[in-house]
Amino acid sequence: MTSHAAFIASAYVITAVVVAGLIVRAVVDHRIQRRALAELEARGAGRRSRRG
Amino acid sequence: MIRDLANPTRFMRLSGALLPWLAGLTALMIGAGLYMTWFTAPADYQQGETVRIMYLHVPTAWLSLFFYMIMASSALGTLVWRHPLADVSQKAAAPIGAAFTFICLVTGSLWGKPMWGTYWQWDARLTSMLVMLLIYLGIMALWRAIEEPTRAARAVSILTLVGAVNVPIVKFSVDWWNTLHQPASVFRLGGPTIHPSMLIPLLVMAVGFTLLGIALHLSGMRTEILRRRVRTLTILEAERLDAQAA
Repeated sequence: MTSHAAFIASAYVITAVVVAGLIVRAVVDHRIQRRALAELEARGAGRRSRRG
Repeated sequence: MIRDLANPTRFMRLSGALLPWLAGLTALMIGAGLYMTWFTAPADYQQGETVRIMYLHVPTAWLSLFFYMIMASSALGTLVWRHPLADVSQKAAAPIGAAFTFICLVTGSLWGKPMWGTYWQWDARLTSMLVMLLIYLGIMALWRAIEEPTRAARAVSILTLVGAVNVPIVKFSVDWWNTLHQPASVFRLGGPTIHPSMLIPLLVMAVGFTLLGIALHLSGMRTEILRRRVRTLTILEAERLDAQAA
């Protein structure tokens, strides 16, 4: 490799970390929302209240 | 097509079926792109091995502008056509565009130090790209600052459209001003100035990153739709509990 290997490796490592962060964030956030929705539906949160 | 997808339930069904294929294709293209970048593309006669940073820097620079254009067209969809998924698309695109802009700036800086002798120069291209990142961060902050999604969408749409002025400035900065950054070498009148042995890996990486961005965008939109359902159901549940207590 060249004397610039550290610059090249840093560029690839930082890109990999940011891309992995985007993917992990997408998966985790989706799971959190799906679980929250399932809990609300299980509690019958979508049903309208019956008054009178 | 866009009108057909206006129904969030239909969008969830179609995007759910599409996403695994998109993810597979993304992995394939980026894998092929990385192989070509590291094993078939030659070192540059001037830049040496440092040219390999270009295969990350250039596609992420394109995608930075591409995602801003997605946000700007979604902003029009919110303000003018009131498309039900426009603000969902706008919100999902912001962090992806910001991440690509960040990668572009960092990789450019890491290329600049060995090639130009400096990590940073306040030239028109670099500065307008930094402004682009700040606009992305401002848009993300505004989404968080206003709780009600419809009000937030209108405010963000206006900010996005104002910020769109920066897109042509980024693109043409190298033509309008005398910059340290080199002029366009792929999308230019007269064709690319890059040899095919480097151009093809660059385009494969660009397609791979574009597919990745689209997959993340679709996934982000799906999550945002779920988040809004959770919000609506939480409000309905609170109303129901209030009514029962009364």
